[in-house]
Amino acid sequence: MIVARDLERRFGSKRILRGLDLDVGDGDFLVVTGPNGSGKSTLLGLCAGLLAPTGGTIDVAVDRGEIGYLAHEPLVYRELTALENLDLYGRLYRVPERRERIGMLLERFLLWEVRHERVSAFSRGMVQRLALCRALLHEPRLLLLDEPFTGLDPAGATLLDAELDALRGARTIVASTHEPERLGELATARLDLARAA
Amino acid sequence: MNYFGDVAALARKDLLLELRSRDTLPAMLLFVVSTLVVFHFALPSDSSDLAAGGLLWVAIVFTALLGLTRAFAAEREQRLLDGLTLAPCDRSAIWLAKVASVTAFLLVAEAVALPAFALFFAPVDATLVAAVLLADIGIAAVGTLLAAMAAASRARELLLPLLFLPLAIPVIVGGVGATVAEDAARYLGFLALYDLLFAILSWASFEYVVTE
Amino acid sequence: MWLRNNRGVALASTAALLLLAGISLAFYWVPDDADQGFSQRIFYIHVPVALTAYACFGWGAWKALRLLWTREARYDLESYTAVHMGVIFGILTLVTGSIWARISWGVWWSWGERQLVLFLVLFLFYSAYFMLRYSTEPGPRRERMSAVYALFGVVLIPVSFLAIRLAEGFIHPTVFTREGPQMAGSMFFVFCVCLAGTLALAGALYANELLGKRVDASLRDLEEALA
Repeated sequence: MIVARDLERRFGSKRILRGLDLDVGDGDFLVVTGPNGSGKSTLLGLCAGLLAPTGGTIDVAVDRGEIGYLAHEPLVYRELTALENLDLYGRLYRVPERRERIGMLLERFLLWEVRHERVSAFSRGMVQRLALCRALLHEPRLLLLDEPFTGLDPAGATLLDAELDALRGARTIVASTHEPERLGELATARLDLARAA
Repeated sequence: MNYFGDVAALARKDLLLELRSRDTLPAMLLFVVSTLVVFHFALPSDSSDLAAGGLLWVAIVFTALLGLTRAFAAEREQRLLDGLTLAPCDRSAIWLAKVASVTAFLLVAEAVALPAFALFFAPVDATLVAAVLLADIGIAAVGTLLAAMAAASRARELLLPLLFLPLAIPVIVGGVGATVAEDAARYLGFLALYDLLFAILSWASFEYVVTE
Repeated sequence: MWLRNNRGVALASTAALLLLAGISLAFYWVPDDADQGFSQRIFYIHVPVALTAYACFGWGAWKALRLLWTREARYDLESYTAVHMGVIFGILTLVTGSIWARISWGVWWSWGERQLVLFLVLFLFYSAYFMLRYSTEPGPRRERMSAVYALFGVVLIPVSFLAIRLAEGFIHPTVFTREGPQMAGSMFFVFCVCLAGTLALAGALYANELLGKRVDASLRDLEEALA
């Protein structure tokens, strides 16, 4: 699914990733760990194609429309409602039976009641749950999760655990976290960027 | 068609956002009227209507600039362009939608500015309206691309006028020419040529500006 | 092999030879211009410098296009350096043009001189190019934005030229006409020598600047590897 060779990315004169080799197979669940600034987000950005490598190569075997990307930012408009945000992305991603899919996700992540409220009125946990809905909306084959548990409320964390458990094996998942014990049981592979550097 | 469906969805989103937050259009309206009032005091009383016609174009370009600095404000705050560029739609659809919403704001501003100009300075004729419409397309096309560049830089609002004004000089020439010169058709033709060239160039290069 | 490794040196010596020859010929061999007399000889500097500036902007845009095609970072440096040289020659054009305007018409600046006005617009445009680069993080995004802007430049040159011509329809500056150079054979020959000289000079400066920037980059890499 993802093959990287001698991957390097620098920002200005700062080298964040260097000489990284990575193989992620179909259905793998890779957990990327490392302290802040070790390049977790950069690696996920490279996998998503948002960043270009400044050295080496990275090949991702799916089109960008088949990637679900949960970024550090929620990537939703604050002045739109939850429903409007998902509807916009649903159109852009050409999700079949958009309304049903959106309704189902909103219910599963406990946002159905507030679907007509603007995101700016949401709590941090609700925003993160909405961001998860956005990333999962088009049933992506490759799911990239950047610190998915950060800012998530306990209810959301339980829901995410269940969701990841259900997707495991059927989808390829790359998740970064600074608390490695969190995704311990689900992972099929691990990458510690602190040690890789 | 899918492409225009994407454009419509994205443009509708921009209009909805403006309707809710109202942070761009009222500012543009107020700005353009204030500018015209300032121009009244900047023009000595014996200067001709021709000079006022020239100043109208300055007002339009600067009002457009004000709108353009806000064009990617919502996307920039939350790095939302990342989310939009990841979607499988053609990236130029993002540009076209933004051009549509910028043009819409500009049209509203001019719907106030032209009557105000007629009231304060000199009559407005059909040629001037045609020139303004043609200029809007070019301004929005180039301006949106440059606004996306400026949004990715550190200087942001400061950078956009520097990038934009040299490219706006031909628009000013075409607009002022159509307003004051005798053979307005030449200048309208020039504006159309500018629109065509730079719209194609901006449409084709937007993807490179928002992706790596 | 020697030529390949010392392209800068070869170009610089060629430029020095050609420019020396061209300027001496322009001063001592070419007959006085029928219309403008001795002072017309600044033509042999001003026009080649202006053409060289266009060539640099064009070269920069070509490298920009290559960058967008191939994503190879080296084209960014080449495009940037070419635009940099273009701006230097553009400023020289403004200065020599201004001197010429002073000699011919007694004014330092004339809005009626199209080429001069065009170079002022281009100077503003490409100054913004530097602002864009300085206020953006180095990296693939900046490379692509600079490339797009450099491409806009070569489209802007003819469009602006047309705009400046059209503007004369309503601005009515005192248009000074210099009789199109009824160049005698000897004049044209010297002009070509001078043009070749300035082009070689631009090439030498370009090669030298590029070399310096590449050494800088390698040095940074080395420092980083050692740190």
